[in-house]
Amino acid sequence: MKENILITKNVVKKYENHLALNDVSLNIPKASIYGLLGPNGAGKTTLMKIINQITAADSGEVVFNGEKLQRKHISQIGYLPEERGLYKKMKVGEQSLYLAQLKGMSKKDASKKLKFWFEKLNILQWWNKKVEELSKGMAQKVQFAVTVIHNPDLLIFDEPFTGFDPVNTAIIRNEILELKSKGTSIIFSTHRMESVEEICDEITLINKGKSILQGEINTIKNNFRNNTFEFECGTENLVLENFKKFQHSGNKYSVVIPDGYNSKQLIEEILKHTDILSFKEKIPSMEDIFIKTVQNE
Amino acid sequence: MNKIWLIIKREYSVRVRKKSFIIMTIVTPILLGLLIFAPSYLSSISSEFDQEERKNIAIVEQDSFFSDRLINSDHLKFIQIPESEKEIIKDNFEESSFHAIVEIIDANMINIISEKQISKVTSKEIESKIYQIQEKQNYKDANIDIQLLNTLSPQISFNSIILTDNGGETISNYEVKSVLSFVFGFLIYIFIFMYGSLVMRGVIEEKTNRIVEVIISSVKPFQLLLGKIIGVALVGFTQFVLWIVLSLLVANIAEVSFMERNQTGIFETMNDLLQNIDILSLSIYFLFYFIGGYLLYSSFFACIGAAVDNESDTQQMILPLTIPLILSLSMIEAIINNPDGTLAFWMSIFPLSSPIVMMVRLPFGGVESWELLLSFCILILTFLFTTWISSRIYRIGILMYGKKASLKELIRWIKFKS
Repeated sequence: MKENILITKNVVKKYENHLALNDVSLNIPKASIYGLLGPNGAGKTTLMKIINQITAADSGEVVFNGEKLQRKHISQIGYLPEERGLYKKMKVGEQSLYLAQLKGMSKKDASKKLKFWFEKLNILQWWNKKVEELSKGMAQKVQFAVTVIHNPDLLIFDEPFTGFDPVNTAIIRNEILELKSKGTSIIFSTHRMESVEEICDEITLINKGKSILQGEINTIKNNFRNNTFEFECGTENLVLENFKKFQHSGNKYSVVIPDGYNSKQLIEEILKHTDILSFKEKIPSMEDIFIKTVQNE
Repeated sequence: MNKIWLIIKREYSVRVRKKSFIIMTIVTPILLGLLIFAPSYLSSISSEFDQEERKNIAIVEQDSFFSDRLINSDHLKFIQIPESEKEIIKDNFEESSFHAIVEIIDANMINIISEKQISKVTSKEIESKIYQIQEKQNYKDANIDIQLLNTLSPQISFNSIILTDNGGETISNYEVKSVLSFVFGFLIYIFIFMYGSLVMRGVIEEKTNRIVEVIISSVKPFQLLLGKIIGVALVGFTQFVLWIVLSLLVANIAEVSFMERNQTGIFETMNDLLQNIDILSLSIYFLFYFIGGYLLYSSFFACIGAAVDNESDTQQMILPLTIPLILSLSMIEAIINNPDGTLAFWMSIFPLSSPIVMMVRLPFGGVESWELLLSFCILILTFLFTTWISSRIYRIGILMYGKKASLKELIRWIKFKS
């Protein structure tokens, strides 16, 4: 059994006229990347704010590293909010130092670590520039560096990739993976399903304040397999006796195998009529699972 | 505590290094110094100025009764001209060397003829000179001894004396105190407004920049609020001290370089004026109300900043806040007229007006110590209460985007548990 860095138990948060979080329970394992998915307005950001103690839950419990979440844990958590900004008129270096010191670092330590990260993210030459002179992507890199600077045990990224071009997205993604390999636990929310598949170990799908799907990515994907196979063959006019449910476009076919049959029988039947150019099981993408689950709600 | 200190340091250093701050800090004392210096300088050069402009006044009369008796002054030179010349001058006033013609028809009627409107000062001088000559003549005709008459007019000097607490007496200088009152009241008003809205703009800036969430994930909203208010107060303080020092410096330099040695300097004049006024304790009270008033109002200003999304939305919310301030300011005159009256008393107790009104009352010395203590205590208690309310509105407001909060919402925010 894996150790958990963060556990939420039956967290409920009510706003004026809607329920933002309805009985949400999560177990976030140490040294893993945990994806928080869900449509806009599902309650992801509210949950992140509760974990950061920016706002408090109406009921329920949050446990951090085996202790009830308290003010002192703030220094062990790094948060990159979705609505993130910097003081426009301040210099990049000075501002980063200030934010790092607010997290409880000494000035000397902060300066050393910031230089390290700035060099790594290739933004050291911007140290003495004002923030208003930076592009959006540059500013995002500064924010990323400031978020991870104090080596927190838990990092929370709310939509970390918005505003980045593909090159910088790759840089940030690699940094996130490296942080994980060093033992940091990471929660992150995103709409970009391809990045979920690339980097998340586990996910929770939240919709309308409720957790509707939870677990390891591979397990979830396995559970969503519905015996659909895709193949390419030598004809565009294939007729199969036992496998009526299929779609095709040209010579590409997609077949759902009904109960009582298996893929071997499908292959045998196709071969009676024509050659097979390719054949594979269709594994649902996270995007399919996301859409399907949310629509079924 | 350490975090509040960091916030104070940032708020302070960012503002103090701003160009606008540096310019304001340097330009204002130069203007102020010149303002102190200008009146004495102008009066010192005005006599020379007038001498150059000495005007010739033509006198037309049958005999030479007035002409013999009129004495030339620095400004006016009287020259008798014959009747015949009058018309020539009248026809061509500009070419003539005369500024005006005084035509004495008889003892009861005198015309002053000029082409352009002559100045009030000039006509007054001519009139009073002629009046005195005629008056003297009238006494003489009635056989009244003028010298005796002069000794008969009473020579009394009136002093208003106020008894001090320790049984001593002080000579009251009402005018100086009035000026002092006005200056104190006005300074507090300006300070509250300038720096209160600086706090407000700071809050709005953090909100619109969206940096506030980043900061709030490491410090409590209350720490941020307090750090900001104190930081800005220190900026105000720095500016204020620099203003005083630089203004005195400018006035001093101006005095040394422009004024003649035998004239009374500005500083001696100020010293004379302020004697009998306990400037030290007034300064301490001033400091207290200065800080108290600022703290009270700036927490409101911060609140407004947190409740809106951009600066243009602040106007209607600031209005109720400005009413007690403007009211106090407009009452200064009434309070100076009656510094210990009912109006003055209540306004110096009510916390939203006390910083200004109490400072207006204090120079007159009639404030009892219990009044001062009461006003102090109420101000502090109100400050604590409003800061508590403000921080509750603030902590929710800074994280709310998209719309301006209504009064109903603000009240809900106050009640909201964290």
